[in-house]
Amino acid sequence: MGSALAITIGVLFAVSIYLLLRRSLAKVIFGLMLFGQGVNLLIFSAGKMVRYRAPIIPPDATTPPAPYADPLPQALILTAIVIGFGILSFSVALIYRAYRSRGTDDLETEEETR
Amino acid sequence: MILSALLVLVAGAAAAPLLYRWMGARAGWVLALLPLVLFLALAARLPDIADGRPIAERTPWIPSLGIDLAFRIDGLALLFLLVILGIGALILLYGSGYLKGHPLQGRFFGYLLLFMIAMCGMVSADNTILLFVFWELTGIASYLLIGFYHEDAKARSSALQALLVTFLGGQALLAGLVLLSIATGGSFSLSETLEQREQVTAHPWYPAILLLILFGAFTKSAQFPFHFWLPGAMSAPAPVSAYLHSATMVNAGIFLMARMAPALAGTELWRGLATTAGVATMLAGALLAYPQADLKKLLAYSTVSALGTMILLLGLDTVLAVKAAMLFFLVHALYKGALFMAAGTVDHETGTRDVRVLSGLAKAMPLTTAAAVGAGLSMCGLPPLVGFISKELLYEAKLAAPYIGPAVTAAGVAANVLMVAVGLIVAFRPFHGTLNHTPKPPHEGKWTLWLPPLTLALLGILFGLAPGLIDRGLIAPAVSAVRAQETEVTLKLWHGINSVLMLSIATVATGFVVFRLRHRARPAAERIAQSGPGSLGPARLYEWLLEGMVQCAKFLTHTLQHGSLRGYVGVAVSVMVAVTGAALLRVWSPAALVWDFSDLRPYEGVLLIAMIAGAVFAALSNSRLAAIASLGIVGFGVALVFGMYGAPDLALTQLLVETLTLVILVLVIYRLPRIASRSTPRQQIADAILALSAGAVITVLLLIAQNLHPEPVLRDYFVQNSLEAKGRNVVNVILVDFRALDTLGEITVLAAAALGVGGLIWLRPRRKQPEGGES
Amino acid sequence: MESLFLRTAATLIVPLQIGLSVFLLLRGHNEPGGGFIGGLVCAAAILLWGISRDFPTARRLMRLHPTTLIGLGVLTAVGSGLAGSLLGLSFLTGVWAGSIPWLPFVGEVKLGTPLYFDIGVYLTVIGVITQIAFALEEAD
Repeated sequence: MGSALAITIGVLFAVSIYLLLRRSLAKVIFGLMLFGQGVNLLIFSAGKMVRYRAPIIPPDATTPPAPYADPLPQALILTAIVIGFGILSFSVALIYRAYRSRGTDDLETEEETR
Repeated sequence: MILSALLVLVAGAAAAPLLYRWMGARAGWVLALLPLVLFLALAARLPDIADGRPIAERTPWIPSLGIDLAFRIDGLALLFLLVILGIGALILLYGSGYLKGHPLQGRFFGYLLLFMIAMCGMVSADNTILLFVFWELTGIASYLLIGFYHEDAKARSSALQALLVTFLGGQALLAGLVLLSIATGGSFSLSETLEQREQVTAHPWYPAILLLILFGAFTKSAQFPFHFWLPGAMSAPAPVSAYLHSATMVNAGIFLMARMAPALAGTELWRGLATTAGVATMLAGALLAYPQADLKKLLAYSTVSALGTMILLLGLDTVLAVKAAMLFFLVHALYKGALFMAAGTVDHETGTRDVRVLSGLAKAMPLTTAAAVGAGLSMCGLPPLVGFISKELLYEAKLAAPYIGPAVTAAGVAANVLMVAVGLIVAFRPFHGTLNHTPKPPHEGKWTLWLPPLTLALLGILFGLAPGLIDRGLIAPAVSAVRAQETEVTLKLWHGINSVLMLSIATVATGFVVFRLRHRARPAAERIAQSGPGSLGPARLYEWLLEGMVQCAKFLTHTLQHGSLRGYVGVAVSVMVAVTGAALLRVWSPAALVWDFSDLRPYEGVLLIAMIAGAVFAALSNSRLAAIASLGIVGFGVALVFGMYGAPDLALTQLLVETLTLVILVLVIYRLPRIASRSTPRQQIADAILALSAGAVITVLLLIAQNLHPEPVLRDYFVQNSLEAKGRNVVNVILVDFRALDTLGEITVLAAAALGVGGLIWLRPRRKQPEGGES
Repeated sequence: MESLFLRTAATLIVPLQIGLSVFLLLRGHNEPGGGFIGGLVCAAAILLWGISRDFPTARRLMRLHPTTLIGLGVLTAVGSGLAGSLLGLSFLTGVWAGSIPWLPFVGEVKLGTPLYFDIGVYLTVIGVITQIAFALEEAD
């Protein structure tokens, strides 16, 4: 599945960057969201893609039965997902605030503070 | 003991504003006791130190870097310490009178003590890094003191100028000290370094070390062409000028050279650099001083000249010259401190410092006059004052200098002639003759305003009549420390009739003539001063550099922080594509890229195609709900991928976060306007090309990365030690145990984001004030 | 968003969800779950309550203001790290003391600073998500 996933991640990056380059605030939010997904998948799949088992040690063993997935990227991605949510929410709030005070959702207009 | 003494001063500095609130200007009297007590304590140790038993102590500070709070008071440090503490006590007393009624006087006392701490620490430091720290602290304290009248824009800018020029030198000094430490085997201990003269002077870095350290010394001691900050710093209150700009801070460079002399002196480079800078500064300062009309400017430029003389003497590098330098340092501190304070008193009581206006103050201000005349005679080098002994020794040292003796002596005579004239202008002009009209009717100041300068002037007479008080006990140990060998010093007022005496007489006589001719000579001197040494040249260059820096920063900020998100994203992505693409091309080979669809299961194919379709549809759709729904498909698809590849925790998290994200988006997105296509087709195509190339780079990067199999060292460590941490879910064990600090940081980020959201929505400036009107 | 069906469903589901979140939190050290996931489930439950009724009701359900919860969570996590420091170990070193032999559904729960740390994460995540949602919901 590695190669197919690589293509999918490439598409996610391309689409999210395209969205980040739009002038409409809503599209920028969508771009941010997709970008986060792409990055998490990128970290996740930057290794050999085999259908490993989860890195959980059964009650009667001292290590998980091989082959098991690398737990470290998982720990990194887990917090990254939640932080991504925090950052996205902050951006959404910021964008919303900016829209309310500027009166437009067009990113390329000159400032018109109300 | 030294460290605790410094800490006592720190406590004094901290308590100063409170003390002032409690007892007003008299706080200065109490605070003056601190340096006075230290002065007496040190004076009691004088015999020990004169016998070659320095006070030393060491407290570890950063042991791993070899940086200690190491202090060592030898003869050189003692001489400087006594001047710093003794004059410091007088200045605190003087400041209590001079700034009486100023609302920030308490703060002033605090700054003054802070500066005193920095100076004391610097001269007694026995660790090069510690010395540097105190060196910079003197700069910071002097910035606060010079800019004390902070409502005055000129005071602020000259404070900044002094700070920047001396900090520039400070950076050079630090570099020089670090190189020196490397050259001597990595030790930062000053006393150890000073014993390795052969090793230092033979080292290939010696020229660089010397240049850097001397650069630091020259900027601090206002050597030409860095002299311009010193006259500028005259916007400071008079006590500050008397303390920093005559007796202490400007002598820090002299101290540094003297301190480093055992390791660095004795080479042609040392002699060449220091004598050149010294002669140039001595002449430039004298020439620039003579035409001035402002009392403090006259004194400031004459200080520049005196500093040049001291640097020149240290540059001559003979025992005689070092003796002359150490004596001249003391003598100059005494008379210049007194003159600055007397000038301040005159300014304080008459409201002007213009020597063309001031006249005949002797009757109204007898005690200030006495102080000024006493100090002025010392400056002119007349017997029986200590200034005379000092000048005799100066000429002796200059005459005896090998090879360059005649030239240096000629320059010295020229400078001294002008100094005599300046001394007469400062010490006689305002007091002699008939009383002139001044902004304030002149009268004698309070005792705090005349006692300190008078004390210094009387000391000048005392040491002149009884030079035995200082020669063996004070000057000799200092000279011994600089020469790193036992040296005898015997000072006498009367040497008999010899060539030096002839020179002295000629100097004073010519100086008197130049003084009388000042009205006629002033225009000519001004012309020479402005064309020759270029009084304004370096100052202009400084202003030009400063302005250029600001303009450059403005330009950069406007170019880089233009405020367009499209621009930022465009630049970032283009750089990513270019750099990563170039790196990929370097390792490119057809074999590196392995397309492998063999293990792709049909349902996985369908899932990935659905994710791609969802992403593309979200980008193209102008319906908000449709876009959110298709983003949901991508998000849940990602969760499934995690689930299929051994990451149940990730799958669960992704699933939940995706749900919550959709809720958030729905909450907000309908409050934003409908999505409108605003870009032109050309923009869209350009953006698409950039986006697709970024996607392609990522895909290729990933395909290559998937075929590299680095050793999973960390994975094995975590898996094997997970049970020890009493957990079977290794991912969770990593999160809450092995890498808990990371997680702590991450929940802090989350907290910050949530507080930010709350702040953005809940807290906001009120649009309309109740009284009406837009805010 | 008033709907009888949603209200009834929420009344049934939300208590289950909150129970589930605690379950996920406690077993997280041995099976999939943990503070992040548990916190997300609990926050989702509170939001479901808010959507099915209204957000002020959901806020009352929480009793604590989300900001307070965030502070409490981060402090709990920091506090769990200080235990190690007090024992002369480095900050955040795991210290274990005893265990609860059996809890329904979960089984044995070992008591130690990593568990308190995870509880800190759990509280922080609940606070963060609810604060964000409440704020954005109230935006005008």
